[in-house]
Amino acid sequence: MVTLKELSTEEYFLPGNATCAGCGASVGIRLAFKALGPKTVFVVPACCTSVIQSAFPHTAFAVPCLNIAFEAAAAAASGVVAAYEQRGVKDVTVLAWAGDGGTADIGIQALSGAAERGTNFIYVMYDNESYMNTGIQRSGSTPYGAWTTTTPTGKKKHKKDVALIMAAHGIPYVATACISYPLDLISKLRKAKEMKGTRFIQILAPCSPGWRFPTEKTIEIGRLAVRTGMWALFEIEHGKFRLTSSSKALIDKTKRKPIEEYLQMQERFANLKNEGVLELRNWIDKRWENYKKLQFDV
Amino acid sequence: MAQVIIDTGNHIAGFACRAARAQVVAAYPITPQSPVVEQIADLIEKGEMDAKYIMVESEHSAMAACIGAAVGGARAFTATSSHGLALMHEMLHWASASRLPIVMAVVNRALGPGWNVWADFSDSLSQRDTGWIQFYCASNQEIFDTIIQAYKLCEDERVFLPAMVCFEGYVLSHTSMPVEIPDQKAIDNFLQPYNPPWLLDVENPVTHGSLIYPDWYMEFRYFMQKAMENAKKLIPEIDREYGRKFGFEYGGHIERYRCEDADIILLTMGTMGSEAKVAVDRLRKNGLKVGTARLRVFRPFPKEEIHKLARNVQMLTIVDRQISYGMEGPLFTEVKASLYGKEEKPLTVGFIAGLGGRDVTFLDLETMIKRSLKWLEVGRVEKEVNWVGLRE
Repeated sequence: MVTLKELSTEEYFLPGNATCAGCGASVGIRLAFKALGPKTVFVVPACCTSVIQSAFPHTAFAVPCLNIAFEAAAAAASGVVAAYEQRGVKDVTVLAWAGDGGTADIGIQALSGAAERGTNFIYVMYDNESYMNTGIQRSGSTPYGAWTTTTPTGKKKHKKDVALIMAAHGIPYVATACISYPLDLISKLRKAKEMKGTRFIQILAPCSPGWRFPTEKTIEIGRLAVRTGMWALFEIEHGKFRLTSSSKALIDKTKRKPIEEYLQMQERFANLKNEGVLELRNWIDKRWENYKKLQFDV
Repeated sequence: MAQVIIDTGNHIAGFACRAARAQVVAAYPITPQSPVVEQIADLIEKGEMDAKYIMVESEHSAMAACIGAAVGGARAFTATSSHGLALMHEMLHWASASRLPIVMAVVNRALGPGWNVWADFSDSLSQRDTGWIQFYCASNQEIFDTIIQAYKLCEDERVFLPAMVCFEGYVLSHTSMPVEIPDQKAIDNFLQPYNPPWLLDVENPVTHGSLIYPDWYMEFRYFMQKAMENAKKLIPEIDREYGRKFGFEYGGHIERYRCEDADIILLTMGTMGSEAKVAVDRLRKNGLKVGTARLRVFRPFPKEEIHKLARNVQMLTIVDRQISYGMEGPLFTEVKASLYGKEEKPLTVGFIAGLGGRDVTFLDLETMIKRSLKWLEVGRVEKEVNWVGLRE
């Protein structure tokens, strides 16, 4: 695990960017830059980061960036990787940086293809659990019960588990992280950077306007997501599953905070009734039962 | 040393991709294009071609990967057909507006439903407004020569646009013909390595394709239009230079045959142009002053060349292997638009033929000319758009 002291004081995510106040994704971008350094190339499909980086003729990125269509991040990144391999360009990390819609939904075909081909790149899905850039529409990664503009009475389906879908591809590294746990996040990105092949990291990035919470609560919400077990921090390295950071102790159900503490802080769950809370609680328990199995199976 | 080989249009496209020293190929198989990608995979695996082949999971990804490769500094190639090209549509716009000189072989095939794997131009002509240069070939030799020329054109700093090299499914894709493959050193001399000024380079970080507000967007689209106009000027120059070096020349935008003293010219695209020569020769024997011309480049559209072609004839008969539903054949539309407002203007008539792979023989083309001549005699076209050989 890295320590705060080891972190670069260089900033590659520059001021004057176009983030919303309290943006979780932009915290992730800053940390990713710090973890990977300046020899990184970003490939960004349509997502909040299309706006966050700011508009022509300005950019808030101090590294090269290729913007690409919504469903095409993994495929375009495959092209960059192939060009670099063919041209003998070494020591450059190609990082696809995509939202949950661009990954779990419209981009999953290209991502699955790239993973099956063993494309030598890191793919980050920063997960703000909705189509935030288009105005808070539900995605395959929106949790059960959450209000969005297309689920006005709350979503009736659960969140898709993209990390485990990616693990099923047998790629060398899959991890989950959260912007509220920067050292865990940076350690995972650095570990991924040192590996070859397809590496996938799903980062939970709370969104103040979309989840309906005050802008100063972003980090706290992320912490509660982890402490209640709504979100688990883990990594699967060469098939070996391991819970990390604050999630380690939570395999013991009694150590998890009540889910209500997480739900009550966000207006997107305001309409969730008791049965809905129970549904979510059962879903969390089932997921953690599965993590338990994964931990002991390997 | 140049060598003559006998092979199919698809394999020749693969050989041209190698001769152009494409560095990244990203492609997905589709009938009747599949032998192009099989050929390239085979050449690479045998160590006879130095390139990365990304075996993508769709045509959409094929074009996205070509875009990534071209921005990453590699000469990129792909090939597709029909539904594959339709699936790529979004990325076609992305490639051209990113100003990337990607070259793509399009093996022309009709679109479903019902499933039809045979030739017409509905796939590529549906992509008319994507900002891609479009070439149409009439022989396997022309496929080879045009792919090499296309890279030269697209990578010219006055152009920086992508190009489709189109040829008809089965008619050329699966038909063997003798083709002269020039000496590789001579090709290398003609086509220098790809060296774009705007790589994705960590030493010189640049952002590509970022958000652009209305106060800038139009200028970039105007630059694309200028680039197309530049391409229009360069196409005949490159064709002549290639001809001088390698002995094959195609008349720039339009290949003309016995047009000098013709009263009537039959205008076609693709392999119908070869059949048309047979038809013209037969009619000339009967003393009819007919000629034929074959449009090689649909975008940029050679308005001025069409005007020159039409200036001294009394009638232009235009054959489309495509229909723009609710209008007419797109070539017919473009030709008339090119002539509108000109003083010397011939009679024009349009024919729709060969959709979904229906053969268009020299006899069909002869019939079109004869019917046109009747209307020329009376000085009036009775039916502007005529479907050929239709069950009615």
